[in-house]
Amino acid sequence: MALDGRDPVKIDDALRPAMFDWLCRLGDNALILGHRTSEWCGHGPALEEDIALANTALDLIGHCQMWLGLAAEVEGQGRTADQLAYLRDAMAFRNVKLVELPNGDIGQTIMREFLFDAFHFELLTELSTSPNTRVAEIAAKALKEVAYQLDRASDLVVRLGDGTEESHARMQAALDHLWPYTGEMFTADAVDTAMTEAGIAPDLSDLQTRWTATVKDILDEATLTLPERRFDVHTGGKQGRHTEHLGYLLAEMQFLQRAYPGAEW
Amino acid sequence: MVTASTDQIWEWLAEVPDPEIPVVSVTELGIIRDVRWDDDILRVAVTPTYSGCPATAVIDMMVEDKLREKGIEKLALERRLSPPWTTDWITDSARDKLRAYGIAPPVNGTASDGRMGRAARLAGSNLTIECPRCGSTHTDKVSQFGSTPCKAAYVCRDCLEPFDYFKCH
Repeated sequence: MALDGRDPVKIDDALRPAMFDWLCRLGDNALILGHRTSEWCGHGPALEEDIALANTALDLIGHCQMWLGLAAEVEGQGRTADQLAYLRDAMAFRNVKLVELPNGDIGQTIMREFLFDAFHFELLTELSTSPNTRVAEIAAKALKEVAYQLDRASDLVVRLGDGTEESHARMQAALDHLWPYTGEMFTADAVDTAMTEAGIAPDLSDLQTRWTATVKDILDEATLTLPERRFDVHTGGKQGRHTEHLGYLLAEMQFLQRAYPGAEW
Repeated sequence: MVTASTDQIWEWLAEVPDPEIPVVSVTELGIIRDVRWDDDILRVAVTPTYSGCPATAVIDMMVEDKLREKGIEKLALERRLSPPWTTDWITDSARDKLRAYGIAPPVNGTASDGRMGRAARLAGSNLTIECPRCGSTHTDKVSQFGSTPCKAAYVCRDCLEPFDYFKCH
């Protein structure tokens, strides 16, 4: 369908490569976390959780379509959001490693969602007032859904953390496992710096301060212990250096377009 | 060639049902944001409810089919993201129809703000949703999501019926 009637993206041509990369990070985080979350469809521990996870995945795939659509427009090479999602190989993906990790048990899935949502919420809150109106309108749209996801994930982290001995142990193990992947969300590189200096994106260190406050607050209520080890051990995903897990995920997600190139609904 | 007034176009669009909740129309849901003639092209701005709602593409198709059926030849559908859709735009008539259909309508002003600390969570659990079947306020949330992204699952403790709540968004 026609998507005309919208403002063209107003940016300096010099910023295009960095902005394309940065938009792919936003889109790929949503796409890969959305795909991972969708893997629970039909496997949830309870029907209600199964449905909730599938709906959360849908929201994320919707965000991905908007971000990658804008990325394709900024790139200006005639590619579409679908082509970016289905025809790039692992090294061209720009998501953080945290979101590509296998789901583990439901506790680990919920903990990962919480740690990412708390970041996603702060990021979208800032972007929703970005002077770049195309970025701001997508962020404002996604923010409403992510606020609900963060509330849901926070609630579950508290229930499971401050739950039974078994659920508490699993949540603590999940936190300990995921913690060294969280720092990547706040580790700025040349792309992040260029977008911050252009006034489009917020400073990641400001987000980190607010993320840490939210995470400490909820984990404390969940009777979970913040790991003492460094949180920025596993980085590189934003630059295309991924874990081995991403390739397997893409093999499944991209199968149809690889086997039947150009197939449409 | 048909050159209907925009008022007429709005009336035609009011005949297009939401594909997942067919008792309410797309205009009652508040997702048609603008109808205007641009020379001889009819431009209709549609906003998505939830970003990932699979009904969005179907709604565009149904809007297009309806306007083609009425004789509109040159049509451009625009996807408008801003301001983002809110359930506050659902009309009063639609709220009554939702209730009659078995879906509790949204309670305005209770959308998530992502700041659900302990106090807010406890307050949130006090949100009273009326059972659309028996009217009881003795109801509990079963899950934050129901059969579609826009709904949550509830159960009535009096008539024991499960029901959907159209979340405030």
